[in-house]
Amino acid sequence: MTDNPQAPGSYIHAAHPVHPAFTSFPTACFAGTLLTDIVYWKTAEMQWANFSAWMLLFGLVMAGFAVIAGIVDALAGLRIHGKRPALVHVIGNIIAIALAILNSFVHSRDAYTSVVPLGILISFITVIVLAVTGWWGHEDAYVVETRR
Amino acid sequence: MSRVTITLAATSLLALAACNQGSKPFDRNTQIGPNPVLPDQQQYLMPPMNVPEAAPWKAGETPKVAPGLAIKPLAQGLRSPRNVYTLPNGDILVVESTGPKAPVFRPKELIMGLVMARSHGPSSGPSNRITLIRDANGDGAPELKTVFLDGLKSPFGVALVGNDFYVANADAIWRYPYLAGDTKITAPGVKLTDLPGGPINHHWTKSLAASPDGTKLYAGVGSNSNITENGIGAELDRAAIWEIDRMTGAHRLYATGLRNPNGLTFEPTTNQLWTVVNERDELGPDLVPDYMTSVKDGAFYGWPYSYYGQHVDPRVQPQRPDLVKTAIPPDYALSSHVAPLGMVFYQGINLPPAYRGGAFVGEHGSWDRDALNGYRVISVPFANGKPSGMPREVVTGFLAPDGKSVRGRPVGVAIDSHGALLIADDLGETVWRVTGAP
Repeated sequence: MTDNPQAPGSYIHAAHPVHPAFTSFPTACFAGTLLTDIVYWKTAEMQWANFSAWMLLFGLVMAGFAVIAGIVDALAGLRIHGKRPALVHVIGNIIAIALAILNSFVHSRDAYTSVVPLGILISFITVIVLAVTGWWGHEDAYVVETRR
Repeated sequence: MSRVTITLAATSLLALAACNQGSKPFDRNTQIGPNPVLPDQQQYLMPPMNVPEAAPWKAGETPKVAPGLAIKPLAQGLRSPRNVYTLPNGDILVVESTGPKAPVFRPKELIMGLVMARSHGPSSGPSNRITLIRDANGDGAPELKTVFLDGLKSPFGVALVGNDFYVANADAIWRYPYLAGDTKITAPGVKLTDLPGGPINHHWTKSLAASPDGTKLYAGVGSNSNITENGIGAELDRAAIWEIDRMTGAHRLYATGLRNPNGLTFEPTTNQLWTVVNERDELGPDLVPDYMTSVKDGAFYGWPYSYYGQHVDPRVQPQRPDLVKTAIPPDYALSSHVAPLGMVFYQGINLPPAYRGGAFVGEHGSWDRDALNGYRVISVPFANGKPSGMPREVVTGFLAPDGKSVRGRPVGVAIDSHGALLIADDLGETVWRVTGAP
């Protein structure tokens, strides 16, 4: 990030942002949680619920890195163009993280009620929230790309 | 900003979880006896864990006893003593045992392992063995303390029938030759039967009792989970009391639906088998009450599908209404999460008459409710082979007065040849001896 030969202002991407490298992990993990929740709901086979619990945890750990990287990127002066989509992205992802934390607690229950009905419902809402923020976040990225 | 928001979100979640536990006081005495009050089920967001910190006995400290009694350590410096057993010649066996290492299937188990470690002992020195203590004159100052049998695998129950000494390890029952006066067993032993063991072995303590006629052994085999969260397949032949033929090792399930049966013992006036049972967690601070019950041949006591008869547990899928219909309630509730692990009937004359005929129960103590429960030894009065009133507290003071730290935790109980009550204190690394006050 520091080794930048270009004059300031000539590039929008003065350095590569680190944040996007982490965001795909929680997205994939939380979407995967919904899938394994559904399979558990249909089979009552505990291992699927265990997968959900681990994916929620791993997704949250990576989301933590994403948050830190996002703050570092912002502090490093990687300005974001399109403030409104970015704000949706930030707020939406924070909601998704909060939902995933809540869902981790629900998934820490024992057996069926760790998933059905509350866990699977939260997994579903989390995925919806991520779909919205993903849509806006990517729009933001493309705006940046085309202006390069 | 985002970090602050996350912190706020997490905090409000915790607050929500705390609210979830409810705050109105519940009279736990309403859950002692034949007809316990069963409040509504709760589903937690965060499993409540209130585990007092281990702060072992200082020199000279002892638990408190009821009026008319006295208490002294019989042996200290033991490693996780969980069970005591008196041989016919008066020698006392102390089963020192540490549980098998539990596998981790979920993040929850990592966290619970860390929390529960708070109230475990210093964990050093050899264990998984049986120590023999000889105090022939019954003055509470043993003449001999020696390793009786070593190299065991998380042993718990022991029983002597004639010259056959049986040890219930976490995964099998073994038989060893014993002659009166022996202080050490060196024979390799013979496996009588396997018991449900690893790799999970969630409730690993296998309680053991011999039938009064000596032909059968009864082994308590606890469930492999709280409430089937390790899969119903892991519960094969578990949450049951096994009846084992002493000659052949063949077994049948004598009674089922008993989540974690311990303290197997025969009521001496009726020759009826009794057990104490640890019921399920995480349905609320006052669900489900642990209990003691006579064990009826062929009976189903509900676990995992229901408790106290037909109270269905929604966490178990698929449900089994056909089995729930057959479930019978136990005899006598001990209130919730006291964790009874030992029981013995009192026939001696050393202690005051009020204890005669009753059952002593060692309550290891709760971990999953805010207000601690258990951590004591009680006596349940019996008449005509049945509990006949409210229990009385016999030994308390295992918890420090502030309730934040714990000095010892009672497990197995036994009566020695002089009629004194013996208590295995696994955290306190002590066997306590309770006698009538001089």
